[in-house]
Amino acid sequence: MINVGIDLGAKNIKIVMVSNGEVIARGITLSGFETKENSTALFDSMLQEHGIARGDISTITTTGSGRKAIDFATNSITEVTAATKGATTLFPTSRCVIDVGAEEGRSIRIDPNGKIIDFALNEKCAAGAGAFIESMGRALELTVETFGPLSLESDKEIPMNAQCAVFAESEVVSLLHSKTEKKDIAKAVNDAVASRIVSMTRKVGFEKDIQLIGGMAKNLGFVDSLKRALDSELIIPDFPEFISAYGAAIYND
Amino acid sequence: MSIPTYKTEALKSWNKAKEIRNDFYKRYQNAHENGGLRWAGGAWSFGAIPCGLGRDIFPITGEPYAAGIAFNKEFSLRCLEATERKGYARDLCAYMRTYWGSIILDEYLYGGKFPKPDFMWQDHVCCSHSKWYQVASELEGGIPTYSIDVAVGPYNSVTESKIDYIVAQMQDGIEWLKKTTGREYNDDLLIEAVNNECRATSAWAEICMYNMAKPAPLDEKTMYSLYVLGTLEKHSKIVADYYEELRDEVKWRVENGISATKHERCRLISDTQPPWGFLDVFRYLEGFGAVSVGSLYTFGLIGVWEDKPDGTWGPRTTPAQKGIKIETREQALRILADWNLSKPEWQHFYSPHLKSDMMIKICQQWQVDGVLLHYNRGCEGLSLGIAENRLALIEAGYPVMAFEGNMGDEREFDATKTMSRIDSFMETLGMKLINQ
Repeated sequence: MINVGIDLGAKNIKIVMVSNGEVIARGITLSGFETKENSTALFDSMLQEHGIARGDISTITTTGSGRKAIDFATNSITEVTAATKGATTLFPTSRCVIDVGAEEGRSIRIDPNGKIIDFALNEKCAAGAGAFIESMGRALELTVETFGPLSLESDKEIPMNAQCAVFAESEVVSLLHSKTEKKDIAKAVNDAVASRIVSMTRKVGFEKDIQLIGGMAKNLGFVDSLKRALDSELIIPDFPEFISAYGAAIYND
Repeated sequence: MSIPTYKTEALKSWNKAKEIRNDFYKRYQNAHENGGLRWAGGAWSFGAIPCGLGRDIFPITGEPYAAGIAFNKEFSLRCLEATERKGYARDLCAYMRTYWGSIILDEYLYGGKFPKPDFMWQDHVCCSHSKWYQVASELEGGIPTYSIDVAVGPYNSVTESKIDYIVAQMQDGIEWLKKTTGREYNDDLLIEAVNNECRATSAWAEICMYNMAKPAPLDEKTMYSLYVLGTLEKHSKIVADYYEELRDEVKWRVENGISATKHERCRLISDTQPPWGFLDVFRYLEGFGAVSVGSLYTFGLIGVWEDKPDGTWGPRTTPAQKGIKIETREQALRILADWNLSKPEWQHFYSPHLKSDMMIKICQQWQVDGVLLHYNRGCEGLSLGIAENRLALIEAGYPVMAFEGNMGDEREFDATKTMSRIDSFMETLGMKLINQ
């Protein structure tokens, strides 16, 4: 039988299908405004693409901020539980999971048995999430794909407001006006987000191993900033943006 | 996990509590019709003292009045915006801004124009208390105002000279009241009010003690509607009598296994004032079988407690229970000062560690499974050191969920995000919505 996990995030819908513990399919699409319709379309196209009959599916577990939109789900779990389940299944030595997506960043502290001890989420602030990077990328006229690698070329330390996306954006504009190189600004932005995330992570307390998941784990510049800010190596799984969907899929195992 | 189901029923004395509250605001509004006087001040003020001016002296206390407005979102927003238009900053105490807004708009929550007080009677324990009434006085055209400084440190460091400092201000205050109102002062009425206050606030602590029972006979959302009577008129015979009646009813509920909620499988406490416009948060928790059995705030803002010989917390023994007969003004004032200085909610203005110790004691005695901490941007005083409390609770082994909000300014509370956070917290405690 097949178990399905659907992560309805603020920006993307991610679906993972698992059979006998193995991932057999992954799919991703933009969430848009019609999350239910877009989820259904992605789900149906994955069934068709992989030749899976609806009757072969035993559970469909949703997670993410839009998780309640799906009416064909058999179960629903929060992002904290899904991230923990997925991350600790892949890397059982993880004691801290940092999950940074488009809308929200979260840090989760876990005991050796995989039980959640504490968690923290970024409050009313975009500066701890991927949408902030996108916004700054627009100000710099950089794509998301080029933002991370470009920032790695910088060796400058430019302090930036890590607490507020609005103030940070005006700082980016000021830096541009003062002819600061884009790579240095990109690094400053990644450092600022990392600082915000580390502050949140210190709130829950952390010990190694630390695992980073979520779409922001694909931003190499941010990963570098986070490693320096934590003074620690990070475990980054393959397909980090799918880990919560994977955790949802295997939740019932 | 099996889901326990309990008998539950409405409080028999519920309507009486509502009547007392409604009468309080009407009596204040109509005070002048029969030649009585109105005074305004905080819920923390020494309200027993103006009682010596006669039985026709009616107060309005600013915090519960503003909390009532916060529940009325339309009026609340108009009050807040009226205050902002006058140039007052948005990060000030939300109760204070709301109260000022009601004055500026000249609208009373219970209908008609805002009834001007004849005098202000306040004390100063938090950063806003005295300024609150100084500005209120100015907005109302110069109402005579008296404020007592009570910042003498936590109760465990109180000395006779510190009591002297407060009692001297009280004595001066009585002379000021006589001069301001032109009335004589009756010490017997003062003594009666002090005895009532000790009786009411000790009885409230006793009521809270009954919530140690499993299942809890009261949930915190209900307690908010009950403790508030003490914030209105803790020195009145009406409130003292009501709390004794309520105590007997709550005792009966415990003896008969009457639960506040149908399913209690998880016991929580909260902290500080809740976002008053969003009390459905507590009903949402009930969907998980989680009940908030109280908080340091609901227990200790009105309840007066003491450490018992076995180290546990219990209602403070009243002077009458000790066989002490209050006979003079000086004796009444000394007891009143000492009694209030021992109030739990006064302690943590001096150190978050004192608050952490009390919260941990509550968690232990009330057998709590988790804590919801409201990082309340609307009240600097009660939020002071709350992040320290969080660390201490976690260190003591209690799961904590923190959420940001504001007790009186709904613009600073994100209900959807808070509910989502509750979902996550409940899952970490092994709870799912019962009907899911």
